[in-house]
Amino acid sequence: MSRRLATTLLHGALLVGAALTAFPLLWMVSASLMPTGEASAFPPPRLPSAPTIEHYLALFARADMGRYLLNSALVATAVTLVSLFINSLAGYAFAKLRFRGRERLFKALLAALVIPAQVAMLPLFLEMRALGLVNSYAGVIVPAAASIFGIFLIRQFALSIPDSLLEAARIDGATEFEIYWRVALPLLRPVLVTLALFTFMGSWNDFMWPLIVLTDDDLYTLPVALATLTRERVQDNEFMMAGAVVTTLPVLVVFLALQRQYVRGIMLGGVKG
Amino acid sequence: MSTVTHTDEDLATTLGPPAAPASAPQQTDPGPRWRPSLPESAASRAALFFIAPSLLVIGGFFFLPVAAALALSLTDFDLYALADPGTARFVGLKNYVELVGDPDFWQALRNTAYFVVVGGPLSVAVSLGAAILVSSKLTKWKGLWRTVFFAPVVTTLVAVAVVWRYLYNAEYGLLNSALGAVGVPAIDWLGDPVWAMPAIIGLAVWKNFGYNMIIFVAGLAGVPEELYEAAQLDGAGWWARFRHITVPELAPTFLFVGVITMIGYFQLFAEPYVMTEGGPLRATVSVVYLMYEEGFKWWNLGYASAVAFVLFALMMVGTLIQLRLQRSDP
Repeated sequence: MSRRLATTLLHGALLVGAALTAFPLLWMVSASLMPTGEASAFPPPRLPSAPTIEHYLALFARADMGRYLLNSALVATAVTLVSLFINSLAGYAFAKLRFRGRERLFKALLAALVIPAQVAMLPLFLEMRALGLVNSYAGVIVPAAASIFGIFLIRQFALSIPDSLLEAARIDGATEFEIYWRVALPLLRPVLVTLALFTFMGSWNDFMWPLIVLTDDDLYTLPVALATLTRERVQDNEFMMAGAVVTTLPVLVVFLALQRQYVRGIMLGGVKG
Repeated sequence: MSTVTHTDEDLATTLGPPAAPASAPQQTDPGPRWRPSLPESAASRAALFFIAPSLLVIGGFFFLPVAAALALSLTDFDLYALADPGTARFVGLKNYVELVGDPDFWQALRNTAYFVVVGGPLSVAVSLGAAILVSSKLTKWKGLWRTVFFAPVVTTLVAVAVVWRYLYNAEYGLLNSALGAVGVPAIDWLGDPVWAMPAIIGLAVWKNFGYNMIIFVAGLAGVPEELYEAAQLDGAGWWARFRHITVPELAPTFLFVGVITMIGYFQLFAEPYVMTEGGPLRATVSVVYLMYEEGFKWWNLGYASAVAFVLFALMMVGTLIQLRLQRSDP
């Protein structure tokens, strides 16, 4: 096979693959702009005959989408900020501070990574109920305020911080917290950005736990609200597509803007681990 | 002294056992063994404050519930116990025994096994194919292809499940319309017990393959180019090079990808929740879906906890099987 033919075939395959991959997302946007009923014709049109944003307006005016968007943004931001602080403290300590039982504790945490989150959910619900956190933002935020994966990611990165830098700060009389805050955190910036992205997107996309712990639709996050909406409005295709766009577009845009940092997280967490 | 401190990383923090002999005069401790962490070390005291918040959260909201789930699975905790926990009784392994005799559970297990055994390898195969295409020396605009293939990974599962449900619609779905163009009769994808699980697998593979692709791309980058060149000189074709160089060289990557994919696929929940509500005829009820139904719809928390632990056990067994299989693979 000549090199030219191979190149052509290769790019042909890539083009077909990319088209198939992108199609559902493009189709979602296209159908969300169609006038009511048009997306239910057979065969369905590829593009809206007369693009309209009426469904987006209806989502915000009648289906309370603004509220859910706000809930999602609030929960994901809070989870990201709180867990970034808590995980980075722990990850830094596991990498750079010596204390008794450090290795054993870290290994125990890593071993617990194999336990699926669902195993904890039933008693966690009872616990949240006892704490009065069912049906509150805190019910979603508190259990996500620290993560083993996050601690692991920070630790792997923090291992490469030279001890001499920390030592120098100690000699200058800095407290341990000042060293963490002023010396370590700036050096950890790249991995903090990566972890922030992972955490924000994970929290934004999370479905099962918010579905369980949020019972009042005033507090629903976007995925929970969208799933509920689907069960009520099965036939409103254009409307539901608009809802899907509003739900997934924010994370998609964030990813496209910061994909380099995101992909690095997979490498750090996966290949190195 | 200060010059030593700068070079010896152990010194100021712990004065650990292999520390420089310069610290010997400080070892007035009459104890038989040198303690790895000194109580007066500011760093190790600080470390406790540093890890305390995370241990509090992970311990209180993960380890504690996991332990409680094991206890709960040995009780008959139900709706009445929800109102008055005093009514829950210890029933030993009764929930597990009941589980074994419950056709609903076996159905969920079969469905989940189908999803894991067919969807998992399919997803890994697609990931590897995409990674090979993207990584080829001849490929232009690598970043662009990678981004497109990866995009579904970051989308919201519930949102794309809504989209795919529409694509799968029997009357006006695009999939049937496309298949109709090549003469395939309409299929009721989500309404036919035979097709519902394959349809969900289709969505799952589309949604996930980009993640493993990234890992494979990294793995492929680590395969020494000389191996391919030498094989080519020996006249090895594309398939022979793939079979005898790429696959063995990627063995560790396969193991990692295989395990995380299997674990992820065992946790099937949102797809059936949004697309089929477990139907038709419970053909898409997964183990996690069953746990959710039993626990949060019928409030049989004891029984549901037993379901959760069986899921955990299955995932462990699956992981061990993969470790063994792939280790014995040449």
